[in-house]
Amino acid sequence: MLSQIIAITGLNLRSIPQRWGPSLVIIIGLAGVVAVFTALLAMAQGFQATLKDAGRTDNAIVLRGGSGAELNSGFGGDSADLIKLGPGIRKGKDGRPLAAGEIIVITELFKKGEQVNGSNVTMRGVEPASFELRPQLEITQGRMFEPGLREIIVGAGVARQFAGVELGEVLRMRGSDWTVVGIFEAGDANDSEMWADAGTAQSTFNRGNGFSAVRVGLESPESLETLKAALAADPRLTVEVLQEQAYYSAQTGQFRATISVLAGVVTFIMALGAIFAALNTMYAAVATRTREIATLRAIGFGAMPVLVSVMVEAVVLAFVGGVAGAFIAWAMFDNLSVSTLGQSFTQVVFAFQVSLPLVLSGLAIAMVIGFIGGLLPAVRAARMQVTTALRTQ
Amino acid sequence: MTKTGFVLANLFHKKTRTSLTLLSVVMAFVLFGLLQSLNLVFSAGADFVGATRLVTQSRVSFTQSLPMRMVPEMDAIPGVQRVMYQQWFGAVYQDNPQIFAFAVDPERLHEVYPEWVMPEEHWNAFRDTRTGMIAGKLLADQYGWKVGDRIPMKSNIFPQKNNSKDWEFELVGIFDGKDEEWRRQTSGSIYINHAYFSEAALFGGGMAGIFVLRLEDPEMAESIATLVDERYLNSSDETKTQTEKDFQVGFIKQLGDIGMIVRWILFAVFFTLLLVVGNTMAQSVRERVPQFAVLKTLGFSDNSVLAFVLAETLALCAIGGLVGLGLATALGAVVAQAAGPMLPIAVDGRVWMAGIVAIVVLSLVVGLLPALRARRLKIVDALAGR
Repeated sequence: MLSQIIAITGLNLRSIPQRWGPSLVIIIGLAGVVAVFTALLAMAQGFQATLKDAGRTDNAIVLRGGSGAELNSGFGGDSADLIKLGPGIRKGKDGRPLAAGEIIVITELFKKGEQVNGSNVTMRGVEPASFELRPQLEITQGRMFEPGLREIIVGAGVARQFAGVELGEVLRMRGSDWTVVGIFEAGDANDSEMWADAGTAQSTFNRGNGFSAVRVGLESPESLETLKAALAADPRLTVEVLQEQAYYSAQTGQFRATISVLAGVVTFIMALGAIFAALNTMYAAVATRTREIATLRAIGFGAMPVLVSVMVEAVVLAFVGGVAGAFIAWAMFDNLSVSTLGQSFTQVVFAFQVSLPLVLSGLAIAMVIGFIGGLLPAVRAARMQVTTALRTQ
Repeated sequence: MTKTGFVLANLFHKKTRTSLTLLSVVMAFVLFGLLQSLNLVFSAGADFVGATRLVTQSRVSFTQSLPMRMVPEMDAIPGVQRVMYQQWFGAVYQDNPQIFAFAVDPERLHEVYPEWVMPEEHWNAFRDTRTGMIAGKLLADQYGWKVGDRIPMKSNIFPQKNNSKDWEFELVGIFDGKDEEWRRQTSGSIYINHAYFSEAALFGGGMAGIFVLRLEDPEMAESIATLVDERYLNSSDETKTQTEKDFQVGFIKQLGDIGMIVRWILFAVFFTLLLVVGNTMAQSVRERVPQFAVLKTLGFSDNSVLAFVLAETLALCAIGGLVGLGLATALGAVVAQAAGPMLPIAVDGRVWMAGIVAIVVLSLVVGLLPALRARRLKIVDALAGR
């Protein structure tokens, strides 16, 4: 029986080139489904990875209670000083607690090629410890800003997506000029920001000695609870303490959910369309081979090998389509840098990530569709009455 | 038999194939309808907003507040009828942060936004109640709020003077939009009294996020915008003034490249569809070559045979397309309901127009080759099966 299956299947597959038209319908239909599926999820994945990588489990962010995001948060310098003295904070290279007060200002930049509508970009005023808290961050072009001067360094993602932030260019904010002196790269969401000296930013943006948030390095991930308890017990403070990675990951939930729903709905509807198309093609393929199949049956081939051969043909075509679709998604979208509005109302620059598991699930979907599309026509082929079939034209 | 009947009878001469193709077309147009409505959200934006209003924000970004002393200064600009100011409150109700709550001056809001419809006594109550709040109709419906309710509301930005971020407001009015478009905007909006907010908030009281300028004459929009921005140039509160429409579109553009992705999907769907329908039509014509020859023998002209095939394609695409768009309309309403104010999609007239254009284009593209083939048939060759 196995040899029969191999013989008929081989016959089928070798004859595909003679009927390219209908077979292409399956291939292109499935390529469409898989390309869309892969591209959408690669986007969600890229977004998620960019934010997740920005956070570490042994760093914490301290915000004013009930703020939820750095942008909404704010407290005076005295509160910031109290927070920095909290327990569980590890020592930095200089022997002092590793903690940085940071302020967030949203600025508007124009996307490259855009003239009218600006996009919100985070500008972060940072203290020296901010760099030690993010060891992944490196200055790749130019130099560090000088504290006290209106100088700014720009994340690689911002530099890619937005105009007016090349080295040496000047940004105007609140009647003052800021010179871009460096470009930095961290490989995560930090690349979507511009950084300047916290003190200079405080005076320019009229923030007194206030900060938006304090970021601290913990002695160990478990120290989070120690710090949380100590700050909660201090009557002078109303703050919330969040693990840095959890803070960033929480921001990906909504986007990921939206894109996953979109991908699910679109893939499902497209898949239904593709199943109908595949059924059509395979029915036609069976119909044109009616006499051939009947002849095979007449000379002693079983119903099972016929059934299997039709199924194999459908699944193979679907697989080829799936591979083509995954390739299209990879070639067009992998590493494509795009930006969208993150949850803190500023742009997050990220790149599509077409990963192997994603491609494999795309291929699995393609083969399931091929299987379903081949099943009914295969059954029809296997059930064919040999005598009547031989008489048809 | 009428010609229409003839076309339909031909179309369904292979029931399985036609039904399967129809279903593919239906699916494709369901997607087309949904994605096109999404696409409209990203590209077109705020067509319903008139040009009679300008929005002034800080040049740094609209999250940077501007001082209230600018209000009388702007009121005094010739051509400006009235200035409204609003401060983003950062409201969170229960666990829903998707509420657009602004602290405003009730009288100025009433004057600058005649599109909000509410009985006059409610406007008066809003003016006279310090802790008053008015809510959009759709939002009030969603939570079952009634006038007179006391609504607890958190702010994720502003604490009260006692350091608590829990606020409470009295619902004194529910406003509706003047038409369907404006009503849709009421699904997330709340206004509270700026005077009260200003006094009770720990910080941020003397500031406003944006100013909305109602103009006497829309023609003056550009010159007044320039005038405002020049006045504050080189101050610590530089401004950026644009029409309300540009401001709204700017919001949507912030979502950025998502629109591009949607267009790619539309393209992929359409291309796939083209192939499926094209293949069916080609197959169908191939099988019926002798039939067409008979038609021609009976005296039908070459052109009427061409017309038959095109009409068949059109019928196929139109039936599938219209059913698909109908399904998309129903599904779109469900999605919009579920997604809330952040995703105001609607499979409306514009989407249907685009869908109908797509149906016509699709029929022509896929029908033309088989139709031409049928037209060119030589009777003798066709009947002989050559």
